[in-house]
Amino acid sequence: MKGLIKAEVRRLVKRRITRLMAVLLVLGLGAIAVAFTVGSQKVGPAQVAAAEAEAQRQYEESLRWHEQMVADCEAAKARGEDITQRFPPDCGNEPGYAPQREQFDASWNLPYEFHFREQFGVFISIFAGIVALFGFIVGASYVGAEWHTGGMMNLLLWRPRRLSVLFTKLGVLLGGVLAVTVVLGALWTAAFWFIGRYDGQTGKMTQGAWESFALSGARGAGLVLAVTAVAFGLASLGRHTAMALGVAVGVGVVSEIGMRIALGIAEIRFADRWVLSTYALAWFEKRWELQDWRACNISFSGQCEPDMFVVTWQQSALVFGVGTAAVLAAAIWLMRSRDIT
Amino acid sequence: MHTQYVVGVTAVLEIEGLRKTYRSRRKGARRALDGFDMVVEAGQVHGFLGPNGSGKTTTLRTLLGLIRPNGGRMAILGEEVPARLSSVAGRVGAIVESPQFFPHFSAQDTLSLLADAGEVPQARVAEVLELVGLRDRAKERVKTYSLGMKQRLAVASALLKNPQLLILDEPANGLDPGGIREMRDLMRQLSASGMTVVLSSHILGEVQQICDSVTIISLGRRVASGPVAEVLAQHSGGGVVVRLESAGDLSSAAQVLVAAGARVDLKPDHLLVTGVDKPAWVTRTLAGRELYVSELAPVTVDLESVFLELTGTAPVAGQHRQVDQSVEVPA
Ligand SMILES: Nc1ncnc2c1ncn2[C@@H]1O[C@H](COP(=O)(O)OP(=O)(O)O)[C@@H](O)[C@H]1O
Ligand SMILES: [Mg+2]
Repeated sequence: MKGLIKAEVRRLVKRRITRLMAVLLVLGLGAIAVAFTVGSQKVGPAQVAAAEAEAQRQYEESLRWHEQMVADCEAAKARGEDITQRFPPDCGNEPGYAPQREQFDASWNLPYEFHFREQFGVFISIFAGIVALFGFIVGASYVGAEWHTGGMMNLLLWRPRRLSVLFTKLGVLLGGVLAVTVVLGALWTAAFWFIGRYDGQTGKMTQGAWESFALSGARGAGLVLAVTAVAFGLASLGRHTAMALGVAVGVGVVSEIGMRIALGIAEIRFADRWVLSTYALAWFEKRWELQDWRACNISFSGQCEPDMFVVTWQQSALVFGVGTAAVLAAAIWLMRSRDIT
Repeated sequence: MHTQYVVGVTAVLEIEGLRKTYRSRRKGARRALDGFDMVVEAGQVHGFLGPNGSGKTTTLRTLLGLIRPNGGRMAILGEEVPARLSSVAGRVGAIVESPQFFPHFSAQDTLSLLADAGEVPQARVAEVLELVGLRDRAKERVKTYSLGMKQRLAVASALLKNPQLLILDEPANGLDPGGIREMRDLMRQLSASGMTVVLSSHILGEVQQICDSVTIISLGRRVASGPVAEVLAQHSGGGVVVRLESAGDLSSAAQVLVAAGARVDLKPDHLLVTGVDKPAWVTRTLAGRELYVSELAPVTVDLESVFLELTGTAPVAGQHRQVDQSVEVPA
């Protein structure tokens, strides 16, 4: 058994697609981190003062334009021209028509400042999404190419216990993807913490805040592993990498586009309930609210509140868990029973 | 060699009544094996002969656990398979049909990964590469190999375990004449070292030269088996060509032999006698009637004609024989 694990780890690491995808993954994540390093700027008194000065300048410029317009209008009126077409009524002399200083908020002129505590949660989702894509491609091609090129058959001549071969491969794959997720996830967190520390704000990082990020990270890692396992299962079922890619594209099109359109036409309430990405969002956000604006519930304050449908992360776990289990069960069943020719 | 080989005539491979029907939704059912039997004894080089589509590859795949049979029993090295396949797999090296490998790995990597998976020492990799003549190309990607080189790599992968039983499905495919000869020498050498070799082929000259015994399969059934010489003798019908000192005596000699219980074919210049145990019996019987034999020779046949006769695949002028078009011959 140890020998088989060692061989599979070596095979996974030796594959060109694994290496290529790993390089692309690191480059992609690195590019995002660099973009935020460059794009985020710490806001101090100097930046606030500059923003105030800029707001003041914009106010004054706008005021000059206004006065110019009033002057033009008065002149035209004196010449007896029709001014109603080109100018506001009363040549803009009405009170409140002139620009007001408080309409120019200095905060609009502040540079982007990354706030670790408030914003890093979104970056965990982005990270998980990108790593899941990596897991999908590597997982599908790892077993798909192995079937397709006859490598699996060769291996079964050495290791006739089919299920132990399949489970070893799956285990090695998930272990490898998890290791990549953990290592890159740590680097990702460190990178954004440093961006917050030196180019933005970290906010008050209490233990609770860290725990919340850790839980989000764990949910992200769970999704990465589920996606990887599904890719592996599909490619093994179809004995081809393309099987997994095809199903992914098919499900994507049917669920995200087809279902939306069909349910929209049928005017089904909460149509997004039937769309997979809703569950991905709920998984990351812990809960996701769908609203039906056609319904009107009068609230205490007399406003119209839409009907709401809440998708929780537990429901997402159920949907993704059952889907993953079904694909793996089918792959296992077929692995046991199929003729390998 | 650290392995202890079983000496004596023990069956290394036994198949009884093996049946396999392929089912596919579109083409329906196809019966590939129909009660096939086969026995291979230890230390032999055994030829497994049959025309295309007769079920050779199906038999080997079934034996190696890649395909589930519909019936019959099989044993390798005394262990029932597929039930106990995992305990014998380490002692059986095999290539099945045209060997395929992951094209982007080198021969070295491919074998090294198999060695890890099968818990064989890595040093064995260099040994087998040397043995099949791939040493100098071992670091190149399999994608760049010719068919013959892939075939050599396949043999190397089968030899990696230093198996007691080596199963090769059409190993001469894609090899050049030099390669075929090398393969033949290699098999002799392996067999001399005690390995049992099963060799499927439709190339008969090949098999006749190196095999001790053969099994001939046609339409999923065994039609002949045994040592090569025996199979040849059986299917030459034990025929003897008899010439007399004077050709005028041929017809009276024929009557004498028929009266004594032989079957005789009267030809212009000789008799073709069948159904006799020993050629010497002909001489004795005729001499008793003062008819003197000038020449007595067993009819020679080669494996090819036996094969064509048994599998009913001899070419007929003006016809294009289709695969699967074999004649049923009772075993
Ligand atoms: N996967 C398969 N599905 C359906 N029929 C098959 C399959 N593999 C082989 N066969 C059929 O089984 C018969 C025996 O094939 P095979 O064992 O490959 O013959 P051989 O190796 O002697 O040339 C042939 O008629 C072939 O068409
Ligand atoms: Mg074949």
